[in-house]
Amino acid sequence: MNEESVISITGLDHYFGKGQLRKQVLFEINLNIAAGEIILMTGPSGSGKTTLLTLVGALRAVQCGSLQVLGQELCGASKGKQVQARRNNGYIFQAHNLHRSLTAMQNVQMGLEVHGSFSSREMRRRSVEMLEQVGLGDRVHYYPEDLSGGQKQRVAIARALVSHPRIVLADEPTAALDSKSGRDVVNLMQRLAQEQGCTILLVTHDNRILDIADRIVHMEDGKLASAAAVP
Amino acid sequence: MFSLIKKLARRTPLGWLQLSREKTRFLVALSGIAFADILIFMQLGFEGALYESNSRLHRSLNADVILISPQGRNLVNISTFSRRRIYQALDVPGVKSTEALYTNFADWKNPETRKKTSILIVGTNPNHQAFNLPGVNANLEKIKLPDTVVFDRATRGEYAETIAALEAGKTPTTEIERRTITLHGLFEVGASFATDGTLITSQENFLRLFPRRQTGAISIGLVELEAGADPTQVTAALNAHLPEDVRALTLEEFINFEKDYWAKNTSIGFVFRLGTMMGFIVGVILVYQVLSTDVNDHMAEYATFKAMGYRDWYLLGIVFEEAIILALVGFIPGFSISLGLYSMTRKATNLPIYLTMARVIFVLALTAIMCSLSGAIATRRLQAADPADIF
Repeated sequence: MNEESVISITGLDHYFGKGQLRKQVLFEINLNIAAGEIILMTGPSGSGKTTLLTLVGALRAVQCGSLQVLGQELCGASKGKQVQARRNNGYIFQAHNLHRSLTAMQNVQMGLEVHGSFSSREMRRRSVEMLEQVGLGDRVHYYPEDLSGGQKQRVAIARALVSHPRIVLADEPTAALDSKSGRDVVNLMQRLAQEQGCTILLVTHDNRILDIADRIVHMEDGKLASAAAVP
Repeated sequence: MFSLIKKLARRTPLGWLQLSREKTRFLVALSGIAFADILIFMQLGFEGALYESNSRLHRSLNADVILISPQGRNLVNISTFSRRRIYQALDVPGVKSTEALYTNFADWKNPETRKKTSILIVGTNPNHQAFNLPGVNANLEKIKLPDTVVFDRATRGEYAETIAALEAGKTPTTEIERRTITLHGLFEVGASFATDGTLITSQENFLRLFPRRQTGAISIGLVELEAGADPTQVTAALNAHLPEDVRALTLEEFINFEKDYWAKNTSIGFVFRLGTMMGFIVGVILVYQVLSTDVNDHMAEYATFKAMGYRDWYLLGIVFEEAIILALVGFIPGFSISLGLYSMTRKATNLPIYLTMARVIFVLALTAIMCSLSGAIATRRLQAADPADIF
């Protein structure tokens, strides 16, 4: 295993269903991701991209093979270990999934509160600072319903990055956005990731954003087809 | 403990924020809880008033120990025992004096409407203050007059004119058992579930009204103790000394004896407890509806929180926070409206229905349990928030 590896996957298989209906969705996945890398994962629907992403994010239990994230083996990890592992990651979803009853700032704050190591004042300060960085300094106390799609997605990015996670996992973050806002969002992710030195694993169908990747992996029928570096 | 408070202070008050953002839902939940609380308050109030009202006359007795027949079941069916027993009781050390009371129910004609209604008549010794009732004690001389009685001003029914006349010093007349009687003076005990009111007169007048009643068959024996004598000990001594056909009780036991009768031997206590339970269940269902809708609405957000690394108990905490807020805030209108209804009921029925501190605390606790129970049922839906589903 590479010393530098943040995510290291070897011989990973995954199945859905039980008994007769049991169906293999991932086959012999091998993938190493180094610290600071931006990896884009492409492939047709149903190829298993999202499943792989949820396994890396410890949202699903790993069944067989080896999956190490930040040096921690997730195969056979207990529920408590899984929850702990989730806190190392920042998530960006296709839908923004912001809490409707919370303001932009309070939503971002939820990304800090989970760590339990900051005072209220510190959490507020960092949240506002983060919102300023994503260009929403004047929308701090807005509720999600008063923000546009792109703005909501930027709040979601602020929430994911406010705790300076080592890894950011994103599932089609631009799918619900027009090309301009989509471009803005990925540029923002790229810039912030570089500043914070975090690793990004991003699932996308969107050809327009492939240029931000250090490496593109293609997934087909549950197998990793190629792992070509982008020139 | 200190770290817990620090933790709570840092926590975003999600339950409160969720509730206060959905104003309509919040109001529906609050009115539901208020409604349940009013139901519970009224049921408990009526139950308490029933016990209280049936023992008001007992409480006004000027005695330390009471003698009754073992056959007696309550004030209405008190039965009788031999008058000799109260003289025998004087043998027991610590007993200072004993008196007899005669009680009976009779139909009398309302002095205003001339309609027949049932009333409790008590015959007492006019030379002894058997009651702690100023109205009775002031008129002891008057009830020595033939067919003269003192009237309970808190009697349930249409007696406004009669009371006004008595207050003006007049003496209205009416009829009991075909005898004309004269009302003279007022005292206050109040209506109960068993009787609309009470008339107090002398033993002689009582026996005149009920000629078939034997002089030697008395209803209640009042025992006054010497200063320093222990009622419990003397009661035990009386029970040991007197034959089996009479039973001695301390005044407190006599009051409980009456309460016990209504609680155990009639369905009234059960009915009110059932009513209380219904109010509780209505509350649980209403709050559950509100909380489970709220949980359902926020499923995606909860799943996101789980993905971010929040533990299940954090989400449970949100639902319980909502439950406790609902309980506390919903209790306020429930309590205030009940307060108004209590005073309305008191005026309309003369029932001693009072909001005691103990009952307020009890209902508040019940409300908290009600909301927590609803919360506990509503949280079962949280298990469905699967973080893997939201990608």
